[in-house]
Amino acid sequence: MSVLVAPLGIPLVTALLAAAAPRRAGVQHAIGVTGAALLFVAAVRLLLHVHGEGVVAVQMGDWPAPFGITLVADLLSAAMVAVSAAVGLAVAIYACAEPRETIERGSFVCFSHILMLGVCGAFLTGDLFNLYVWFEVMLLASFVLLVASGERSAVTSGVAYVALNLLASAFFLVAVGLLYSQLGSLNLADLRLRLDLPGAREAAGPAAAFLLVAFGIKAGLFPVFFWLPASYPTPAFAVSALFAGLLTKVGVYALLRMFTLLFPDPIGGPLVAVAVATMATGVLAAASQSHVRRILSFHIVSQIGYIVLGLALATSLGVASAIFYTLHHIVTKTNLFLVGGLIARAGGGESLARLGGISARGVGLSLLFAIPALSLAGIPPLSGFFAKLFLIRASLQAEAFVAAGAAVGVGLLTIFSMAKIWNEAFWKAAPEEAPDLRLGRAAVIACAGLCVLTVGIGIGAEVVWELANDAARQLDDPQEYLRAVLGDGS
Amino acid sequence: MEWMVPFVFGVGALAPALHTRLRVWSGPVLALVPAGIALYAAARQPAISDGAVPEFRASWIPSLGIDWAFRQDGLSNLFVLLVAGIGALIVVYAGAYLREHPRLGRFYAFLFVFMGAMLGLVTADDLFLLFVFWELTTVSSFLLIALDHEKEAARKAALQSLLVTAAGGLAMLAGFILLVDAAGTSAISQIVLQGESLRAHASYPWILALILLGAFTKSAQVPFHFWLPAAMQAPTPASAYLHSSTMVKAGVFLLARLSPALGGSDAWAATLLVVGAATTLLGGLLALSQDDLKRLLAYSTVSVLGLLTLLLGLGTPIAAQAFVVTLLAHAFYKGALFLVAGNVDHGAGSRLLSQLGGLREAMPWTAAAALLAGLSMAGGPPLFGFLAKETAYEAVLEAPVGSWLLAPLVIGTAVTLVFAAIRVGLSPFKGELGEAARDAHDAGPAMRLGPLVLATTGVLAGLLVGPAERLLVAPAASVVLQGEAPTGLALWHGFTPILALSLLTLAAGAFLYRHRERVVAAAAPGMAFERRGPAWLWDRGWELGLAAAARGAHAFQNGSLRRYLVVTLGVGFAVVALSLPLSDLRAAGPTADTPIVGIAASLLVVFAAAVMARARTPFLAVAALGAVGFGVSLLFLMFSAPDLALTQLVVEVLTVVLLALVLPRLPRPAKPKPARAVAIGVAVLGGATMAGASLVAMAGEPFEPISRFFEERSVIEAHGRNIVNVILVDFRALDTLGEITVLAVTALGILTLLRRRRPSDAEVQA
Repeated sequence: MSVLVAPLGIPLVTALLAAAAPRRAGVQHAIGVTGAALLFVAAVRLLLHVHGEGVVAVQMGDWPAPFGITLVADLLSAAMVAVSAAVGLAVAIYACAEPRETIERGSFVCFSHILMLGVCGAFLTGDLFNLYVWFEVMLLASFVLLVASGERSAVTSGVAYVALNLLASAFFLVAVGLLYSQLGSLNLADLRLRLDLPGAREAAGPAAAFLLVAFGIKAGLFPVFFWLPASYPTPAFAVSALFAGLLTKVGVYALLRMFTLLFPDPIGGPLVAVAVATMATGVLAAASQSHVRRILSFHIVSQIGYIVLGLALATSLGVASAIFYTLHHIVTKTNLFLVGGLIARAGGGESLARLGGISARGVGLSLLFAIPALSLAGIPPLSGFFAKLFLIRASLQAEAFVAAGAAVGVGLLTIFSMAKIWNEAFWKAAPEEAPDLRLGRAAVIACAGLCVLTVGIGIGAEVVWELANDAARQLDDPQEYLRAVLGDGS
Repeated sequence: MEWMVPFVFGVGALAPALHTRLRVWSGPVLALVPAGIALYAAARQPAISDGAVPEFRASWIPSLGIDWAFRQDGLSNLFVLLVAGIGALIVVYAGAYLREHPRLGRFYAFLFVFMGAMLGLVTADDLFLLFVFWELTTVSSFLLIALDHEKEAARKAALQSLLVTAAGGLAMLAGFILLVDAAGTSAISQIVLQGESLRAHASYPWILALILLGAFTKSAQVPFHFWLPAAMQAPTPASAYLHSSTMVKAGVFLLARLSPALGGSDAWAATLLVVGAATTLLGGLLALSQDDLKRLLAYSTVSVLGLLTLLLGLGTPIAAQAFVVTLLAHAFYKGALFLVAGNVDHGAGSRLLSQLGGLREAMPWTAAAALLAGLSMAGGPPLFGFLAKETAYEAVLEAPVGSWLLAPLVIGTAVTLVFAAIRVGLSPFKGELGEAARDAHDAGPAMRLGPLVLATTGVLAGLLVGPAERLLVAPAASVVLQGEAPTGLALWHGFTPILALSLLTLAAGAFLYRHRERVVAAAAPGMAFERRGPAWLWDRGWELGLAAAARGAHAFQNGSLRRYLVVTLGVGFAVVALSLPLSDLRAAGPTADTPIVGIAASLLVVFAAAVMARARTPFLAVAALGAVGFGVSLLFLMFSAPDLALTQLVVEVLTVVLLALVLPRLPRPAKPKPARAVAIGVAVLGGATMAGASLVAMAGEPFEPISRFFEERSVIEAHGRNIVNVILVDFRALDTLGEITVLAVTALGILTLLRRRRPSDAEVQA
């Protein structure tokens, strides 16, 4: 039981402590890093537990499923919690090098751990309405982080962020209502059983569509990703890195969960088309930007397209590829945003026109950027290469040739984007004397740690692929999940 | 063998630190590494030429069948010898050539990364492993081209070469995936045994096309050749190494490696012959008018790469032999000539032929190397280049198809290469002192070593043709052929027609050189092709594409929240509307026993909504919104949910009051309202969709809801009489914990925001 509750309890307690403790940066960071480290340990423990003993569930308040709320972790959930906790730890360490006022006035430690609570809750809950609650927790915490840590312009983008995300929440809530009125249950496993009865799934079509729309918005699919590029480039780097790594991925996770557990029938062509459109529009928009975090933000959209393509292929290989891609993406993308902060510090801004000469500042920063950038661009043997390899292979085997071709073409544009940042920020002679700011040792350590993970997921792709593959198998055949939640009677 | 690649990478990682310690000695010391590898490969070569194939195989990613697998057959080891042997010379050379360069340490690092990747590429026995190294050569080439990255031209050239080769690489990856799928294995040594079944496979055309794209871009075949001359922005040692002797040969290496699997079909032959012929001819013609030594060498490299492709397209045994001999000869003489160009640039301060001349006395060693290498390039006996040309002639003359076209084309191209060879190997050194040669001096020993050794190797290989054939050429050719390689390579075959042609070529080249001014002038318009040809198309394509993308992105993500909301809502409801099962909708119409109060309340809601949509002032809109809420609470009341109705009422009242208080303080929207029609359309669509979805959900037989359980257990087990309360604090307490968190975050958030405001206010006052 404790393995499942710890990933929720630790961030909650950490957030409360941070809220109660003095607002001095040193104290706050001590709490934040400790909490994040404990969460990471708990998450790894959970992953090992699930890997060793299979799906694990716990009934909150000891009310039997489906009447109470069930927390449940299969390999997908456990892996998502583990990798989220890893980037959470990196961000917590990185934040030690952020300006004091961001941390102190913005209550960064408190809200970032609330965000982690929401993220972990979303990954671990086995209840549809409870999932909604965790989404709300995430939304509010991220909104406050967004508005409190950024410049004044962050308020404008914060309004766009919260308004569009509330729409998504409203769609989600409607879906919950429809499903409950039709099926009389909220427990995901129980809903699956009820939906398997004759006629139920047809009648639940509109609810499924609402869920698709809601999580499509949250994940950042074309054409409803407006909120993402509008809000990610403005807040403090630690905040936007946390967003970049986690927020859309919770949407992706929810899509994966809903459209394997509740609605396993493939959506097929339309979703493939949406995925391809997301890949293409994201990367094209990214290639045309000239501001570091705007480039990176649009690339998130593009990569969400890749991930959803895996789901849309509706093959076991496709889903496994999507999971692998997600795990790689969380690590790499968080790191790129963090390194973006280092670039801004070293070069005095984020506009490519005004950056330059960073490669002269030593090989360290160059490597810190090059590793995640090359990984994102799909250069072997880094994690992104295998992520793309698996997805292209899955597309070809599913005979989705257009999608495979798009994946290849988008890969080229991604290489272009990364090379563009490199050319402008690292290679070009510095246009003006840059403020020689310290990068901060904590920040460098955090980025280096994530670089090691990126290389590790690449060289050790077998381990991660096995994990993704097993997770996909559990999604494909939910018997173990259902048994764990509902008991042997199911 | 399996340690070779990681070892070289490791040396690369340490190279910058080593360089700061050793300074001038860094070149010679670092060169020991590739020299050792070359010796190691050379020691193995006799056994390999007798048919031994050392192998290593360890599992890397078993679920994909990707192995850390290497194999040293005749073709691989030949390339290992080239890569490591020339690599050693280049490292020594670079140490001297770039002595003053602030980034020499990094140069070594990149060069060793490249070297390791190239060694891996030629020995890998797994397609995906090969791809790993393939991409690493692309990246290291990118880094090397722009070593002087303050120059915009260097950055542009690096990016262009990266994009061209990466585009091909990505296509090739897709081809590899299909090929592995078709062959059932990614082990190259297994794939090449399945030629027949692969050629008959349904996806063979795709496999072929995609892999050829990769090979052609890497080996600078027309129309992708343009990146190679542009890549001459690289420092000369890198050009000599990557862009003439080794990396650009990776493409033809791959073709040779896979020709037993993919070759032998009409499509293969046709594509390779056409592309190869076009490339060799175009490269030769464009080389004619070049004034810059490096660009001239680059175009002649393009020409030879085309010839190599063409020879592989022929697929005959003699063509395979010609392929290997040409490849070897080219690596020697072209590497030497690039280094000569570097020496000339270094010693005389210019690379422009029009400014060079009479350097033989100032630069005797370089001149000697240039002469020998130039002679080999021209195909003069008894050098290795002579053998290359003779066998190539033999191959095209005996070509199974199209020899009437191919032979004149290849011979004509050879004439242009003779012309180029004389210009590079001879003209800078003979005649009057050029304007750039006033105080020219020869290069130091480290920079003489490379060109001299390479040039002499060309002589030795020509003189010792027997052993060279037995030890180097035949083992490699037999891998390409997957069978016995032809023998009988010799300097002297008697008075044969080929000898006559060979001499004629030399004479024609010399004749052209006599009239060089007119030749250069006549060939100059060819460069128009370069200015308005594929390179231009490529650059313009990117430019226009990116501009269009920028416009598109700007139009889509235009910053208007109102539009974002309309689109998001519209798309959302449209998706749901499309999912509504129409048959269920008709079955689920309203029933006759709907109470009159319900109808009245519904009408109130509809009316209030309509008023809100038409409201001209914010206050009216807020009031109408309140009326909507009031109507909804009436409906709650009607369905006997007084607590809900009460809550709704309170919320509505609070909302209206708050909005009424806040609205006057908000700035008026400066812009006029957006298209109302669209907004109303979306709203109507939304309402209709919601109504439809509700009807569908209520249409079926309702399931037993879990709330029964709550009714039964609330008192007995949870000891609470108010079921709603029990649900909130017991049955679903976790939800409540989450919601409390939401409230707390909201409160804290507001506090934080207010605190944030205060100092800025203070600043304003101050």
